[in-house]
Amino acid sequence: MNKPADIHRDDEASKTGMWLFLFTEMLLFGGLFVVYSVYRYINPTAFHLAAHELSVFIGTLNTILLLISSATIAMSITAIQKKNKKLALLFLCITLLLGLVFLINKYFEWGDHIKEHIYPGSAILALRGQGDVLFYGLYFFMTGLHALHIIIGMIFIGVVSVLIYKDKINSGNFQLHENSGLYWHLVDLIWIFLFPLFYLIT
Amino acid sequence: MSTHKGIEEPSYLDYKGKYTGIRSWILSTDHKRIALLYLFSIMTFFIIGATLGLLMKFELIAPGSTIMDAKTYNAFFTLHGIVMIFAVVIPGLPAVFGNFLLPIMIGAKDVAFPRLNLFSWYLYVIGVLLVLISQFAGQQAPDTGWTFYAPYSFRTAGNMLPAILGAFVLGFSSILTGLNFIVTMHRMRAPGMTWLKMPLFPWTLYATGWVQLLATPIVGITLLMVVAEKTLHIGFFDPTLGGDPILYQHLFWTYSHPAVYIMILPAMGAISEIISTHSHKTLFGYKFMVASALAIAFVGYFVWGHHMFTSGMSGTALYTFSLLTFLVAIPSAIKVFNWISTMYKGSIDLQTPFYWAAAFLFVFMVGGFSGLILGSLAANVHLHNTHFVVAHFHFIVFGGTGFAFFGAMHYWYPKITGKMYDTTWANIGLILFFVGFITLYSPMFYLGIKGMPRRYFDYDAVFHAGNIISTMGSWILYSGLGIIILNLFASLKRGIPAPSDPWGGKTLEWTVPSPPPLENFDETPIVTKGPYDYNK
Amino acid sequence: MEPTESETHHIIPYRTLLIVLSVLITLTLISVLVTQISLGTLTVTIALLIAAVKSSFVLRIFMHLKFESRFLASMVVAVILIISAVIFITLLDYLYR
Repeated sequence: MNKPADIHRDDEASKTGMWLFLFTEMLLFGGLFVVYSVYRYINPTAFHLAAHELSVFIGTLNTILLLISSATIAMSITAIQKKNKKLALLFLCITLLLGLVFLINKYFEWGDHIKEHIYPGSAILALRGQGDVLFYGLYFFMTGLHALHIIIGMIFIGVVSVLIYKDKINSGNFQLHENSGLYWHLVDLIWIFLFPLFYLIT
Repeated sequence: MSTHKGIEEPSYLDYKGKYTGIRSWILSTDHKRIALLYLFSIMTFFIIGATLGLLMKFELIAPGSTIMDAKTYNAFFTLHGIVMIFAVVIPGLPAVFGNFLLPIMIGAKDVAFPRLNLFSWYLYVIGVLLVLISQFAGQQAPDTGWTFYAPYSFRTAGNMLPAILGAFVLGFSSILTGLNFIVTMHRMRAPGMTWLKMPLFPWTLYATGWVQLLATPIVGITLLMVVAEKTLHIGFFDPTLGGDPILYQHLFWTYSHPAVYIMILPAMGAISEIISTHSHKTLFGYKFMVASALAIAFVGYFVWGHHMFTSGMSGTALYTFSLLTFLVAIPSAIKVFNWISTMYKGSIDLQTPFYWAAAFLFVFMVGGFSGLILGSLAANVHLHNTHFVVAHFHFIVFGGTGFAFFGAMHYWYPKITGKMYDTTWANIGLILFFVGFITLYSPMFYLGIKGMPRRYFDYDAVFHAGNIISTMGSWILYSGLGIIILNLFASLKRGIPAPSDPWGGKTLEWTVPSPPPLENFDETPIVTKGPYDYNK
Repeated sequence: MEPTESETHHIIPYRTLLIVLSVLITLTLISVLVTQISLGTLTVTIALLIAAVKSSFVLRIFMHLKFESRFLASMVVAVILIISAVIFITLLDYLYR
């Protein structure tokens, strides 16, 4: 499988590039954590009370789903390294499924709030007070941006799955697969912090 | 010192690849062609921005309305800022000279991710198109200034969304360039070129790359928050909903201050190259130059509050930011001392790039000192939002990055084009440019101290004389600029062919033909000596 | 410049990954239980500390950082420090108004 093009391939460069891109994602969300810190400091009680309105059960469930999906994508990489194509694809499918369930949970969670007229810009929310406006503004923006990254991650994993199926990614050439894993883990990392900051500050 | 293999390899300009005509340019992944794509776009937008500036100065030649009304003036200074900052000086040296020279200076064939490089340029073009759309679509052009301060930026009737999204896309282009350069330097240095044998220009691009990578996302998310304010009324910066407009300023400047280091660090790198070569002397204090570049990038991250001294921040924040602002001046000062020490007892070759470098030293110091004045809390209360600030940043950004850009342009012109420019016209242009520059911006220090506010289309009659002088300076500057650019264009056709090493430089780009072949080197160079090895 | 043997061929065993997963889930459940008990401001600190521990597992094992170059690991730390510094300095404004 070693075509001349492989000589010019630099997996370490590809991996480094992916990590550098992850740094930009960390700082993108970092800006939102700055906003969260400031408004949490200014409105401690309102944030504390608003957090009670979120379902700890769904939050915990989503956290665990994402953690499992992180493990399954890591296992898919072990599988491809061990030349087990079927297992790798199975693990990637499970990862995608878990991502999908996460999004479905989010959809229902958001739906419940929106039914109560709690969403950015709503008059009802404005009436509840500035602390609530900021809490829910941050909640929708941060979990929304996070969900967008889940979707992007799932697309990335989808592409990698197709390439594995076509043997373009294999035990001798899997940096793209690893990179998709890194991206997915980052999405998991962000949620690891979002979860306590929105659901557990009661 | 270039190795020829008997067969004359075509230069990158003559190279015939898969595509011909314009497609051989806009579909090329050759770092040298991409550099020229950036050069063409950046120069176009520089001329647009400069013309806006010229017209603004014409408006200010007399009190009252001269050629435009207040609304138009607001739109002009907004576009002038957006274009100059996001489309000219931030991409500036890295996108043009970094792209062209970095791989060659480290002995590589190209950057780490050539297709990503081309994509960065596409993002640049999309970004500037969005900014232009903001001018012509919607009710009214953006009028917030390039700083997009909340809450006005989401309450104004000006067409903010395309401008803000344009800035966002341009930021992405910048991030990807930085990413590309960092990986290139980590993975593609020629055998024997250890980190501490790398010349200064690549080192400054390295420091800049980290700033591009780590600071830009913060303004990215901040701009998205402003979009969310405008479209969703989310409340982060809206005081009626509980938001704090000062938080917008914190987030905006957390990027925009490091951004000025994106502008100046590569400029400092280019100046180091020019001074060393034209002094025929090893760069003085190489390790300190590397360390100071990294220090500027790092400390520069924590001084952003000096743009906000009068905004209502706490006393603790005020003192912290003022102190850190003074500290960040130190590594810059080290560089100035080292440049002068490089020249001392050197064998100076008075070429055009050297004149640009000498002029840079002067205007950069004036800009830097005025920055220290502004960094002093008590002085800042009086000077904030006056023309003193306008003078400061034009001296340091236009003077710093701008002069370095033109110096680099003349220094590497033979390498890039294979021709020599006409020295006489280049120097005439430079003199006019310099005289115009000093005439245009110096009065602003005085006008600012006397109290003339910035971003106003009108002013009190007591400021009239200073404004007349300043506006006349803009005419001289603009004509100098015209001569410089026309000379560079004309020399493409009429210039005499340039050798590989017209200046006696010691860095790797001078070992390859002018202009270089597609893959830069016939054989990968093996590096044994440090850069600037002039045997004193 | 070629990737070294250890970099390309290091394979994390399934068992290790599953052990790490169970640790992560356990820590998650602990953090939920802890925050049901009201401990004032300490509650959030503990929750965030647990989040930090979980993150270090994800970074070091799942993302392979334990086996990567020191440069990469240092930059991850640097990024976290920069975000923390920005938050800290910004709060210097709000804390002391």
